[in-house]
Amino acid sequence: MVSLLCCGPKMAACGLVLSAWGVVMLVLLGIFFNVHSAVLIEDVPFTEEDFKGGPERIYRLYEQVSYNCFIAAGLYALLGGFSLCQTRLNKRKEYMVR
Amino acid sequence: MGSLFRSEEVCLAQLFLQSASAYSCISELGERGLLEFRDLNPKVSPFQRRFVGEVRRCEEMEKIFTFLQQELRAAGRVPGPCPESPRAPAAREALRVQEQSEQLAQELREVSRNRASLCGRLRDLRQYLHVLREGQRFTSLPAPLGSPPRPPALSEREPILDPSVHQHLERKISFVAGVIHPWRVTAFERLLWRACRGYLVASFVEMPEPMEDPATGESITWVIFLISYWGEQIGQKIRKILDCFHCQVYAYPENEASRTEAITRLHGQIQELSVTLEETEKYLAEVLDKVAQVLPTWRVQVQKMKAIYLVLNQCSFDVTKKCLIAEVWCPVQDLTQVQDALRQGSYQSGSSVECFVQRVPTSESPPTLIRTNKFTAGFQSIVDAYGVASYQEVNPAPYAIITFPFIFAIMFGDVGHGLLMFLFALWMVLYEDSPRLRQGTNEIWLTFFEGRYLILLMGAFSIYTGFIYNECFSKATVIFPSAWSVATMANHSSWSAAYLATHPSLTLDPNVTGVFRGPYPFGIDPIWSLATNHLNFLNSFKMKMSVVLGIVHMGFGVVLGVFNHVHFQQRHRLVLEFLPEMIFLLALFGYLVFLIFYKWIKFSAADSMVAPSILIHFIDMFLFTSNAENLPLYPGQVPVQVVLVVLALASVPILLLGTPLYQWCRQGDLTVGAVPVQPLATGEQEPLLEGQEAGNSVNATTEDVESGGHSRDAKHLDFAEIFMHQAIHTIEYCLGCVSNTASYLRLWALSLAHAQLSEVLWTMVMRNGFVGLSYVGGVVLVPVFAAFAVLTVAILLVMEGLSAFLHALRLHWVEFQNKFYVGAGYKLCPFAFAPDTWE
Repeated sequence: MVSLLCCGPKMAACGLVLSAWGVVMLVLLGIFFNVHSAVLIEDVPFTEEDFKGGPERIYRLYEQVSYNCFIAAGLYALLGGFSLCQTRLNKRKEYMVR
Repeated sequence: MGSLFRSEEVCLAQLFLQSASAYSCISELGERGLLEFRDLNPKVSPFQRRFVGEVRRCEEMEKIFTFLQQELRAAGRVPGPCPESPRAPAAREALRVQEQSEQLAQELREVSRNRASLCGRLRDLRQYLHVLREGQRFTSLPAPLGSPPRPPALSEREPILDPSVHQHLERKISFVAGVIHPWRVTAFERLLWRACRGYLVASFVEMPEPMEDPATGESITWVIFLISYWGEQIGQKIRKILDCFHCQVYAYPENEASRTEAITRLHGQIQELSVTLEETEKYLAEVLDKVAQVLPTWRVQVQKMKAIYLVLNQCSFDVTKKCLIAEVWCPVQDLTQVQDALRQGSYQSGSSVECFVQRVPTSESPPTLIRTNKFTAGFQSIVDAYGVASYQEVNPAPYAIITFPFIFAIMFGDVGHGLLMFLFALWMVLYEDSPRLRQGTNEIWLTFFEGRYLILLMGAFSIYTGFIYNECFSKATVIFPSAWSVATMANHSSWSAAYLATHPSLTLDPNVTGVFRGPYPFGIDPIWSLATNHLNFLNSFKMKMSVVLGIVHMGFGVVLGVFNHVHFQQRHRLVLEFLPEMIFLLALFGYLVFLIFYKWIKFSAADSMVAPSILIHFIDMFLFTSNAENLPLYPGQVPVQVVLVVLALASVPILLLGTPLYQWCRQGDLTVGAVPVQPLATGEQEPLLEGQEAGNSVNATTEDVESGGHSRDAKHLDFAEIFMHQAIHTIEYCLGCVSNTASYLRLWALSLAHAQLSEVLWTMVMRNGFVGLSYVGGVVLVPVFAAFAVLTVAILLVMEGLSAFLHALRLHWVEFQNKFYVGAGYKLCPFAFAPDTWE
């Protein structure tokens, strides 16, 4: 059976740190986009048209971006889980060699 | 006072050690690590010192240890660190260690030699076996059915005559068999052909398994050759050629039966030899085990012994009292501990007379000792990197614990980056005892690890200033609702759709009621991150903040000088130096700080059109001019400013001439040869001429005699020096006030750079992740965020962090410390047994 271990200990640790940071930051960003925070207006990809007819269209855009952030956060959670497995496998391998 | 405030009192002391108990006393002192020994025999070469024999013995033992360690390493074992730290051995024990180590080394050498020779023999036998086996193929009788298949490994040269035909020839055929290096085969063949053409038959075949070359140790596939020839001359020629090519020759039995018999015999020999070799290897492993067990302890013991003898070499020997006298720098606090250690040492060596320590007065400046713990050590080291504090001078380190991270944070203010830095340092601090972290070999990692508490504080303070600047990864946080109301402005100005279409940029006027509802409770209002004139506001704010902080920092530095003046009994400097310095600083730059705060408080948005410019007022103050368009900040401003400038200018000559004139007057009141005039910078000790021991201390007597006789001349010369020194100090201080204040503007510059870099990174990298509106955008965001994260760490944390660290350090070293710090001391390096370093 092919060994599931594909990353070294350092790469797994980096992956873990990046995933943790990614999950926290993207979830928070998602929440802030969801409550239509004004500070993030520049990041919402609006066009000229969206400004007609009240703020509803802009709000929909905000929410779309927030769902994207949550999806990315979920993907980072998966990546974090994978990195965690890799760290555990690395530890086990190190333990067995000794 | 606490030990971090200024360095401890250190005194010169003499230890009187009985010859019998000297070794154990020094061992005891070394274990405790309290004193710094001074070399009392500086002119004696290392070969003439008293204990050179013992030192040599230690070095010989160390040579044996190195050999043992090399053997261990060659066998692939790593000697572990010493479990507990053993004390330096007494003479008897040292002898035992030496004998045992020599014995082990001898054993190891013998066993290794045996093993090597056994291996060589085994290899020989194996080669012979192969030669015989392969040779069989050429000289065995052909099979009766058909021609034998040609062995594929035969060389191109076929036997000229069928070997079986030889049986019928009259001449006797002889064989030579052996092994040759594969690279030499072609040359060998050619030479044989040229030399003995036609009278020999040479066959070459590769050995089935590679074997080790005894010379180089690498594994080579040897080539077996079998030469059949007839004639004695040919035989001799062949043998000479074989000699030249360094071939291994084996006796090749002529007939079949003896060959098979030889093969079986060889098999048996190889078997026996393998068994013997195995036994030897096992014994070697046992010896190595023994060595690995005792070597670490021995190493440490001998290291300590050598260190003790080197220290004993520095003592001077008093023949009359038969004791060794050592001169040490000892912290006054530890004198009782030293006496205790000496008592222990005497007791251990079983001597009846006790060794004792006696304090000795000196006029030399003692070394600086500041005791730190793991937290303060980092801050003390960044202060010491510039210059070790002079003896008993005020130590800037305790203030640096707060001011350094704070000034760093002003240049680095961002909540997100500060949080990352804080978490990284927290991880290092929480796991600081883990051996994996402590024993890293990478120098850069070790530098970060040593400064983990620094980084922890820097991160924490950066989070604070991040909230003040209201920046989190370049985005503002809206913790409290913004104080500006766009709706009110829109309603007031009744912005129509046409107006909005033609005016891309709209102004929120705070003079309209309801638009600006008061200052934001903490930090900068988040609406500024959406404003186009964000930088206009922020620059003004940050520049003023930098100037204010700089002047406060420098004023604090001047105030610290007071402690020095008081401690060194130089109260005249309080009036003649501190006072003019403070007046100069406060009259000019303190007034600037006052103007800044006054304008912030007094002027509001209502009179912003006519608000006076502080800069122009400040320039006019120095030039004694006035500008009609620039309204005064408060009534009576001009006369106040004139008074302040005059006051500041008047303080300069006081600063320049005050101290030298005072000292000149004082000296005029004194008679010749009386109390010597105090030196300027350093503190002084008790008067000389006390307690001269029979074992002379190097410095006390001679200097005293000289200075008494030359006091007048020396002072006269010194006066010119004092004047010069004071002039330089005055110029440096006055010009420095101006330039250093401007230098603090780097706080503004770096914080601006950090904010802009952060914003650019977000706009150019992270924003691309939000562009996709379909759900695919979520997947695209993953690599975009990864890139953002990597660049944040690389550029904003590492590069900007190092840059801000460097500038904060410079501000401390130059702008802050040159107001009060001399930094001309040297550290106390106590004699202590260094922790085990294992190469």
